Amino acid sequence: MQIFHNPNYNFVKWRWHAIALSWIIVIAGLLMIWQKGLPLGIEFSGGTIVIVKFDARTDVQQVRHALDQSLPGGGENAVVQGYGDPGQNQVMIRVPHVGAETGTSLSETADAVTAALKKGNLSNPQVVGTEIVGPSVGQQLTRQGILATVLALGGILVYIAMRFQFSFALGAVVATIHDLLVTLAFLAFFRYDLSLNVIAAILTITGYSTNDTIVIFDRVRENMRSSRRDDIEGTINTAVNQTLSRTVITAGTALLSALALFFFGGEVLHGFAFTMVVGIITGTYSSVFIAAAIVIIWQGRRRRTAAGKTQPVSAAPAATAARKPKRRAS
Amino acid sequence: MNSTLRWKLLTVFAVFVIFFAVGVYPILAARYRLPAPGWLTERQLKLGLDLKGGVHLVLRVQTDDALKIMTTTTSEQLRESLRTANVPVSAITVTSPTTFRVEGIAGDRDAEFRKIAGDLTSANYDNVAGAGGAYDFKMKPNIERDTREQAVVQAMQTIDRRVNELGVAEPNISRYGVAGDQILVQLPGESDVARAKSIISNTALLELKIVEAGPAPTKEALLQSFNGQVPPDMDVVTGATGSADAPTSFYLVHKVAGITGRDLRNAKPSLDENNRPAVSFSLTPAGSRKFGKLTGENIGRQLAIILDNRVKSAPRIDGRITDEGKIYGSFTNEEVDTLSLVLRSGALPASLTYLEERVIGPSLGADSIRAGVLSSLVGLSLIVAFMLFYYKVSGINAIVALIMNLVILLGLMAYIGATMTLPGIAGFVLTMGIGVDSNVLIFERIKEELAAGKGVRASINAGFGRVFWTLLDTHVASLISAMFLFMFGTGPIRGFAMTLTIGLLTNLFTSIFVSKTLFEFELTQRHAATATLSI
Repeated sequence: MQIFHNPNYNFVKWRWHAIALSWIIVIAGLLMIWQKGLPLGIEFSGGTIVIVKFDARTDVQQVRHALDQSLPGGGENAVVQGYGDPGQNQVMIRVPHVGAETGTSLSETADAVTAALKKGNLSNPQVVGTEIVGPSVGQQLTRQGILATVLALGGILVYIAMRFQFSFALGAVVATIHDLLVTLAFLAFFRYDLSLNVIAAILTITGYSTNDTIVIFDRVRENMRSSRRDDIEGTINTAVNQTLSRTVITAGTALLSALALFFFGGEVLHGFAFTMVVGIITGTYSSVFIAAAIVIIWQGRRRRTAAGKTQPVSAAPAATAARKPKRRAS
Repeated sequence: MNSTLRWKLLTVFAVFVIFFAVGVYPILAARYRLPAPGWLTERQLKLGLDLKGGVHLVLRVQTDDALKIMTTTTSEQLRESLRTANVPVSAITVTSPTTFRVEGIAGDRDAEFRKIAGDLTSANYDNVAGAGGAYDFKMKPNIERDTREQAVVQAMQTIDRRVNELGVAEPNISRYGVAGDQILVQLPGESDVARAKSIISNTALLELKIVEAGPAPTKEALLQSFNGQVPPDMDVVTGATGSADAPTSFYLVHKVAGITGRDLRNAKPSLDENNRPAVSFSLTPAGSRKFGKLTGENIGRQLAIILDNRVKSAPRIDGRITDEGKIYGSFTNEEVDTLSLVLRSGALPASLTYLEERVIGPSLGADSIRAGVLSSLVGLSLIVAFMLFYYKVSGINAIVALIMNLVILLGLMAYIGATMTLPGIAGFVLTMGIGVDSNVLIFERIKEELAAGKGVRASINAGFGRVFWTLLDTHVASLISAMFLFMFGTGPIRGFAMTLTIGLLTNLFTSIFVSKTLFEFELTQRHAATATLSI
């Protein structure tokens, strides 16, 4: 069975359209983040979450009412929503503040929320979980998260540059940065909280989205040895077409598992699974459209500068290709 | 079948049996009450706090406290030495946790002062001479660093002892974050967070000090006979809180403690002479000598028992006491239990504050396990269905490799004592989707070679041979990001990074070695020259 029979689409021709589309998504996402901010998970924003289980079905409005009545300062900034399986009568209450970060008083807000619920006329509220994060934790995490992502990108850049050539590494890393930005944009569109799990998913995408790119680049290198050296566009386009079915199938299987997590993985993994789904899709798209386009643009630029220095036009890519004949490509 | 292939098949089979026994069987045995030998269940895959339920605390050690204690002690020792040597100064003040200032040294005594101060402080403090016979002492940067580090390490050891006394099974106490002053405490199965917190962060700073004056109802009354000034080597400490039966009182006590919590050998709950809850303690040999000297020299005076800077009681010393004593004064039974526990485990070198606090109820953990298992099964079924549909008989090959991958992953995690967390389960599910990619790449290449007119055996060899390097590259790229996830991660995220990393490594083995062996086996079952491949 075969999804594509000898495909011969001209992907390379569409590269400017693809780049334009990506820019639109990324800019729209950045605008959204700039306007409304990225909703932050409790690990980053700090705050108090109390998860309460009731004996009978309890409306979110009833819970909010109880908070308005008895919680000092009211429940105005509280987020109240159902949690987990509706049959379990669980409600999550998130309040932006915490007790003071001194001694043991961090849990004062959580205690106040619990007390307010007990005072309200609700059916036996039992606290099944709390999560209290002081304000100083978030800053540290943000720094660490950004650092880890940048270092991972740097590591991948160096590795691919070592195994292939610099323009390929650049293409792979630009494609990955593109994936991260698009994923962030979608997180902003769909208002998912940026949590630790989501950061973990983003870092996973950093590694995963280079996979398809590497498969294509491997084929490009293999073809470079047999095809006309000056036709980098043609070589890349052929490689993308030759690897198209595996690109689609590998993305498909990964997507199947991410969707299984999205629909069945439960409340805690929702943001994680969403990020993975978006990351897998954009990772595949960018491997086909963005990574290759960057290589072409970069090599084209180099060729022009090389030509400007009175070098024969056809010799430049030949030199590039011949420089790293390190191993047999697949 | 040639002997190389037989060995390969045997290896595959043996690996499967071993990892199944270590990683999967104990889980099944626990779930369905199957018989399992103890040595096997001992190494069962550990569940993280987010699945098992429990308390997760992040604390910061206020390392400034430890610096301040050191600076205060040094400045007091200097005061004492100067007094003994009869070198007058107008004031010695602690100006910050790491600095103190000496003022009013007469010009003709300067050399003498320098000598005394140098002997006493030069190891740990630098000093700068200011105008008018003043000196500023500042702790050396390396000493400051060491003291902070020591405070965190000591705090961890103390917390460890206290948590052990609490009787929590498999607690985790470790350094946390990059700042260096944070400690993570995980108590699986614990739900009484208030008690856990009060025991962990109870500084339990016990000091026995000679009372100079008091108790008095107000500070002014206390200091009447001292012209309203606190003498430089004394401190004012408050007594019981201002409840009706025990109004607030003030004591003037010596700054230097005769005995501290460090001199204690043991502490246990007992009763005082009025049958009220009290804590009786015994002292170390060195502590006994000090206590004997202190009580012997001060018969008839009061001895203040000060806990966390509050006078608990101030009994009169009737005679020389050496190795035992009692702490009493309005305690409840529970307070006495907690106090003897924390006194036994030693004082904290600095106070602690809580930065993060999570309680995961057992029901939430169970929900997460259910969701994790369900999504694993759904993910696996989807992928199995797709591979069979798309690659037909060869799909079985990929599925066997995939299941081997998962079994080895679980087995390795159990064997090395890794912890399965909810994000770890997510990593497990993703390993299915990403792991099967390797087989897809190999199969697609084989298809391509077949289409190019190569024979079955040649196509299979070419497929595995050529894709190997691609797989290596994709796996290394993924491993690089997993490595940094590890660096970034804490608790559950580490579990995820762990699962992902091991999954990637085992995937290389199963997709190349296991899958190739299965193809070779398939080929021996028919006539290679005329064989076709269902792919």
